[in-house]
Amino acid sequence: MTNQQIAEDIIANFGENAHSFEEPWGLLTLTINRQHIISLLEYLKQHETFRFNFLTDLTGIHLPDNQGAEFGVIYHLHSLENNVRIRIKVFLSQDDVHIPTATTVWPTANWMERETYDFFGILFDAHPNLIRILNIEEMDYFPLRKEYALEDATREDKIDALFGR
Amino acid sequence: MEDILIPKNTSDALALNRPIVEDTEYTTLNLGPTHPATHGIFQNILKMDGEKIVSGEQTIGYIHRAFEKIAERRPFYQITTLTDRMNYCSSPINNMGWHMTVEKLLGVKVPKRAEYIRVIMMELARISDHIICNSILGVDTGAYSGFLYVFQEREKIYEIYEEICGARLTTNMGRIGGMERDLSPTAIAKIKDLIYNSLPKAWAEFEKLFNRNRIFVDRIVNVGTITGERALEYGFTGPNLRAAGVDYDVRVMEPYSSYQDFEFEIPIGHNGDTYDRFMVRNQEIWESIKIIRQALENLPEGPFYANENHYYLPPKHDVYKNMEALIYHFKIVMGEIDAPAGEIYHAVEGGNGELGFYLVSDGGRAPYRLHFRRPSFIYYQAYPEMCKGVSISDAIVILSSLNVIAGELDA
Repeated sequence: MTNQQIAEDIIANFGENAHSFEEPWGLLTLTINRQHIISLLEYLKQHETFRFNFLTDLTGIHLPDNQGAEFGVIYHLHSLENNVRIRIKVFLSQDDVHIPTATTVWPTANWMERETYDFFGILFDAHPNLIRILNIEEMDYFPLRKEYALEDATREDKIDALFGR
Repeated sequence: MEDILIPKNTSDALALNRPIVEDTEYTTLNLGPTHPATHGIFQNILKMDGEKIVSGEQTIGYIHRAFEKIAERRPFYQITTLTDRMNYCSSPINNMGWHMTVEKLLGVKVPKRAEYIRVIMMELARISDHIICNSILGVDTGAYSGFLYVFQEREKIYEIYEEICGARLTTNMGRIGGMERDLSPTAIAKIKDLIYNSLPKAWAEFEKLFNRNRIFVDRIVNVGTITGERALEYGFTGPNLRAAGVDYDVRVMEPYSSYQDFEFEIPIGHNGDTYDRFMVRNQEIWESIKIIRQALENLPEGPFYANENHYYLPPKHDVYKNMEALIYHFKIVMGEIDAPAGEIYHAVEGGNGELGFYLVSDGGRAPYRLHFRRPSFIYYQAYPEMCKGVSISDAIVILSSLNVIAGELDA
């Protein structure tokens, strides 16, 4: 079972909805449209030979310069039987940060999605309990978004050219 | 006046720090945030029907320190100090995991000797992690002496850390590209004394005291059972998953740092109860001892760091005399070196399971995004399901055997 086979199988079943196939450091990475993410996750979990039965990680990313796809949700799946990993990405526009929940496929997605909501404000539709998990309830912003600089902006001794990104 | 102080839901209860009052026969019990049995700061609001737990609600985040945000402004070598504050019972594993992630991004090949030293340190850390978990499980069931007895051995492991890196708890051990210094003769002598003499003796005695102890076994057999299937759905990894009968170990599935060179077994339980978790950890200590013995006996000669000028600090005497060394020293310390762009997921077998690092680099000096896959955070959400219908004293034992570390939970 190679990445090539998995990619061909996904293309055969999901057509143009799955795109941007890559293989950074041997890990098959692909992007899928939002409306097909749950069916793809279920398909990979139920697949007879692939058996991606383990959700390793679910997290988000903020790419403010990426017009129309500012937010990403990244799923890492692991097929424990075949010992193959796969990375699936979904990109969302900042005007519409809704994505269906994966808790219907894996209960473990519950806290991972709450964490992603907590830090990026991504809304997982039909999540059973989408509230903040690590930050306080009263917080009114999403701290891992790039517009919140880590350092105090009024400080002049720590200029970006020397100390910043 | 009275009505205001009687909270009707969880958020009111949290704000007023009072139990929820409902028109049922259930009572509400706060387990934590600062309760000795939680071994860290996190809260469980338990709904009790007499002695039995009906449901539980968890509140976490009391020691959240925003590591993922802080890491976005730090040069790579400064992030090591963040990682050892996650699972502080086995910090060297976190440190090495982070170094290996960066080395994977940079494409650095670490010499064999450094990899073997890393294996020794990671296995020592695993032993100390399991010592804490299992001996505290004894304390939580009322057996204090085992804990006191084996903590002497943990102290010896911490002395070895001191010999290697100078610190005990937050170790900041190793560097990107290798180890900061070679194993000293004192360190080797201390490791040998530990794994050939004192630890096997102490641990054999600990096992004699606990493994077939009627009182202890009655308390933990068939308590907190979880099936392998359910454990996988909940994202369990590490000893807790293996106790449920699934033989997933990152060291074997995706060997890193020369783990393929060593002969060891992966202990598996089959009930997934507290007793199996206890026994799996016990057995893993013996396997770790086996790995350290092999690594020490076959320790390869050669350099203990890779030739990676841009990340590995040059020796201090060179910095004073050699122009290039001075330049590199300055560039590394000031964090002026840009990493290549890339997207990496690297996992190591931490004390509690798969510790993953998801690193996105955009070619800057700091990560664009860094996410830690923290095993405790992921499996702790199964806790209410595991303690449904059990008594409060069993709930404590289950929590203890899951080995939830608050620092890792909250990152």
